[in-house]
Amino acid sequence: MRAQDILAPAGPQAQHIEALWWVTVVICAVVFAAVLVALALALIRSPRGNPATPPDLSSLARPERSAAFAVVAAVALCSALLVFLTVASFATDRRLASLGPPALEIEITGHRWWWEVRYQDADPSRTFTTANEMHIPVGKPVLVKLKADDVIHSFWVPNLSGKKDLIPGRDATLTLQADKPGVYRGQCAEFCGVQHAKMALLVFADPPEQYQAWAAAERKPALQPASEEQERGREIFVNGRCAMCHAIQGTSANARKAPDLTHFASRETLAAGAVPNTIGHLAGWILDPHSIKPGVNMPGNPLDPDDLQALLAYLGGLR
Amino acid sequence: MNHRSLDVSALPSYKFGHASLMWWGLMGLIAIEGTAFALSVAMYFYLWSQASQWPLAAAAPDLRWGTLNLLVLLASIYPNHWTKRVSEHGNEPAMRLGLVISALFGIVLIAVRALEFTTLNCRWDTDAYGSIVWLLLGLHTTHLVTDVYDTIVLAALFFAPGPLEGRRRVDVSENSLYWYFVVWSWLPIYAVIYLLPRLTS
Amino acid sequence: MNPVLDQTWRDARGFFGTLAAIDHKTIGKRYLVTAFGFFVAAGILAALMRLQLARPENTLIGPDLYNQLFTTHGTAMMFLFAVPVMQGMAIYLVPLMVGARSIAFPRMNAFAYWIYLFGGLFLFIALLLDIGPDAGWFSYVPLAGPQYTPGKRADVWAQMITFTELSGLIAAIVVIATVFKLRAPGMTLARLPLFVWAMLVTAFMILFAMPAVMLASTALILDRLVSTHFYNPAEGGDALLWQHLFWFFGHPEVYFIFIPGLAFMSSIIPTFSRRPIYGYPAIVLSLTSTAFLSFGLWVHHMFATHIPELGKSFFTAASMMIAIPTAIQIFCWLATMWSGRLDLRTPMLFSLAFFFILVLGGLTGIMVASVPLDLQLHDTYFVVAHLHYVLIGGAVFPLFGAWYYWFPKLTGRLMSERLGRWQFWLFFIGFNVAFYPMHHLGLQGMPRRVYTYADDMGWGPLNLLSTLGAVMIAASVLLFIVNAARSRRGGMLAAENPWGAGTLEWATASPPPAYNFERPPVVRARDPLWEPIGEPPAEPAQVVGLAERTREALVTTVLDAMPSHRLVFPQPSIWPFVSAVMLTALFIGSIFTPWAVVWGAVPVAIAVTLWFWPKRGETLEHLALEKRP
Repeated sequence: MRAQDILAPAGPQAQHIEALWWVTVVICAVVFAAVLVALALALIRSPRGNPATPPDLSSLARPERSAAFAVVAAVALCSALLVFLTVASFATDRRLASLGPPALEIEITGHRWWWEVRYQDADPSRTFTTANEMHIPVGKPVLVKLKADDVIHSFWVPNLSGKKDLIPGRDATLTLQADKPGVYRGQCAEFCGVQHAKMALLVFADPPEQYQAWAAAERKPALQPASEEQERGREIFVNGRCAMCHAIQGTSANARKAPDLTHFASRETLAAGAVPNTIGHLAGWILDPHSIKPGVNMPGNPLDPDDLQALLAYLGGLR
Repeated sequence: MNHRSLDVSALPSYKFGHASLMWWGLMGLIAIEGTAFALSVAMYFYLWSQASQWPLAAAAPDLRWGTLNLLVLLASIYPNHWTKRVSEHGNEPAMRLGLVISALFGIVLIAVRALEFTTLNCRWDTDAYGSIVWLLLGLHTTHLVTDVYDTIVLAALFFAPGPLEGRRRVDVSENSLYWYFVVWSWLPIYAVIYLLPRLTS
Repeated sequence: MNPVLDQTWRDARGFFGTLAAIDHKTIGKRYLVTAFGFFVAAGILAALMRLQLARPENTLIGPDLYNQLFTTHGTAMMFLFAVPVMQGMAIYLVPLMVGARSIAFPRMNAFAYWIYLFGGLFLFIALLLDIGPDAGWFSYVPLAGPQYTPGKRADVWAQMITFTELSGLIAAIVVIATVFKLRAPGMTLARLPLFVWAMLVTAFMILFAMPAVMLASTALILDRLVSTHFYNPAEGGDALLWQHLFWFFGHPEVYFIFIPGLAFMSSIIPTFSRRPIYGYPAIVLSLTSTAFLSFGLWVHHMFATHIPELGKSFFTAASMMIAIPTAIQIFCWLATMWSGRLDLRTPMLFSLAFFFILVLGGLTGIMVASVPLDLQLHDTYFVVAHLHYVLIGGAVFPLFGAWYYWFPKLTGRLMSERLGRWQFWLFFIGFNVAFYPMHHLGLQGMPRRVYTYADDMGWGPLNLLSTLGAVMIAASVLLFIVNAARSRRGGMLAAENPWGAGTLEWATASPPPAYNFERPPVVRARDPLWEPIGEPPAEPAQVVGLAERTREALVTTVLDAMPSHRLVFPQPSIWPFVSAVMLTALFIGSIFTPWAVVWGAVPVAIAVTLWFWPKRGETLEHLALEKRP
């Protein structure tokens, strides 16, 4: 399956749009070909002239009936096709609104340049927060609520559905559903500043049991450190600068200005999809985020090698 | 050669009203500024539609100075109309008088407008309501000030020594036309700034 | 050549004369050269962008510079090239086509040019000083607001809007007044050349659309400078207010660019088909209805926002409908060519490209007019492809055709046909190589306004291809510059009417004398220079009785162009230039302090007053000729 591809739908919303796409492309291609054929015929059959050729003024005296007929017919045909396409568009709109009641509600807040993902639940003890990656159960409608914290962003996972803007001061929603298990990449689609290009997100569509397992794990607070090094790492995190912006449930770090790192190690990428979540990349990110995403809000953190190792060990254990 | 010469030497050198080139320039200006006013009023309504209460956090602007301005503006219609008429008849002493009276009306209006700004009961930087009220009033004030300035310049021209072309009468007539725009455009803006917030509360 | 008339109407020479020039042909040429300069500058920025995007994860240009580049590219192309170049064509050609000695309000016209020049320079100087705007040519808030774009970048953008909109609005008034009041006797509205109809319609659109962006940008500057809250949701403002105001202007704006392109098509095709155009009334109605409809489409730029679905559907229907008047014109041109005798020289080649490129762009426009399709395609490279196909196919190709067509009128020499053909094919092929792949990139998920993209997305090869196309386009533009420069000196000399065309600009010398027509024509037909077969070509009948030693021109009535009065036109004057300089100081100052508006108004008022104040000598001269109504 082609990632982030509009023409590789993996859910009903994207499928309805893809169907409309093909209908439209075929009609437009036929019209385009017809215009070019008409042009080619005119070029081929008309005799040649030059500036000295006396202009043919016969049309001023006589009406040109066959031309009139042709033009009117062509316009009528185009109008009919346009009406058809308009109706097809409205029909698709209605199909897009026909996904059933949502099985799951997720609230996404767009930040510069990362996605805050909060899973909602009627029971507050079952809500949890993650960042930049979300899991959804296959075959169930999901309601995504969209808020923005700073500037306008746009949530767009082409394999699953069209996009919707996240606008500060206004809330919006989008429903989508994945019908095939897989990983679907999305990307912010509204220019939001210097790192707009690197604000991606991953949507994992899991079979329902797998999804439940994932959600259950996410609800738990962070795993306790399993070694002294990890213990030290946690101390560096909580007592140092990290806790000023990041949260880890189960520790005293609960700032919300940056991604929630409670289950950070279970994510595949870091920095909103900019690089894979490996030790090497993580080390580079912590020391100097601007080498990966110049202009981000996270400052560089010059740590000495032992401290860095401890922090990496701790973060690496946060599954 | 197929020739037919059209001799235009007997035509006049200027005309009034929509026959004059200047009138069309003025209408273009009025179209532009009228659109700007209409859009600002639309902005007011739009921001209002987004708000749970309106004004957002202030009392409605005091009626006194705005209403006085409204009355003075309406009163200025007659001298303005008179100035326009005498300019079309070419009565230069009457034109001088008319221009001075119009200028005086304008100066009074600017003074009252200054007082209006102080009793709006909101500042431009408090919230979006204050911002749009000041924008609306500011836009109208810009037109008021530029038209008063125009009127003063024309008056000075007609008092200055030396001959004047007949075309300058068209300028005076057009200036009066613009004054109508300043007056009539105030009506909806007055209604929006002063009356609407009172209707909603 | 009439030496007395020439002396009367000529601009002064020398440095002072250059600053004081008011001849519409001089001002028109200045617009064209300046706009072309901005086209090349914005094109260079695009070339840099394409070099950065040629490879995934390229490090040629970092995000901050890239954002300034794409913002300035779009801003300069739209505001400093596309609209002004069309206005420049109108300013040069409309008075000639309607048989007038001058454009209306020539000094205002000159002033508008200076304001445009200063505004454009302001933008590029800011870019060179690293305070170029970087929030996109559409400058959405809150990104462009005080909190997220500190410094002066967004203010530079917003104030440049003020410059260019003022210039554009003045030029629009000038065109309308000229078309309505200065036409040659006998040129009823039904005999107006389609070029003039199109420019008239465009000018009206400008009057009603540009105030929206002036208001929007003024509110933005106020938010940034004096803490108003128009766009601040925390204090009752709204981010979407910006989008509504901007796009209410922005959608008609693309028609300010496209409709003049239609004007060129309707001028070139009849001449190069050797027959009057088919369907003149239908084309006039199509131009007018396009103008009206274009005001009802703007929300199609906002389909991804949370505006209610029912509202969006209306705009889908309107956006689809506007294709119909354009289709009517396309079919009328095809009908004209079908029964014509075709001359396939360079101006016609560029016009033929329209049928391929614009039509393709228009069809992708139909696609993005649909809300569901747009929700996938919006803000992707598919839209970048669409907009370039319609703007370049619909306006730039016809514009190049128009330049080849009217170059002999402006300069007295023909451009090289051989170089013209080379340029055409290089541009046509290069354009498609550059922009066609972008449709696919968009469908493959590549968003817009990204300074780089990941290697594993698979977007590299098409991006590289697109960059190669960009290089071809650059080469074609270079060829055009070479052709124009060489032809100006050594091109074949052109007579009055080298193309055998039918409209009035071809009834005078190439280039025209300062006074345009020694005896203004009296018009008896839609294509005044084409007489029925069998009669010898005759000059239109003429107007006599206008003064020769004073700048007198004929004013006629609006509908039927009956003679109305003889108006004296102004002499060249330094005051438009001086006023423009004073106003520039006010505009630039006001991005630093609001008091600049108050203090800056004083020198502007003085300059404008001295501009208006009649000179005693001139007054006496006019009084000698004066006849009261």
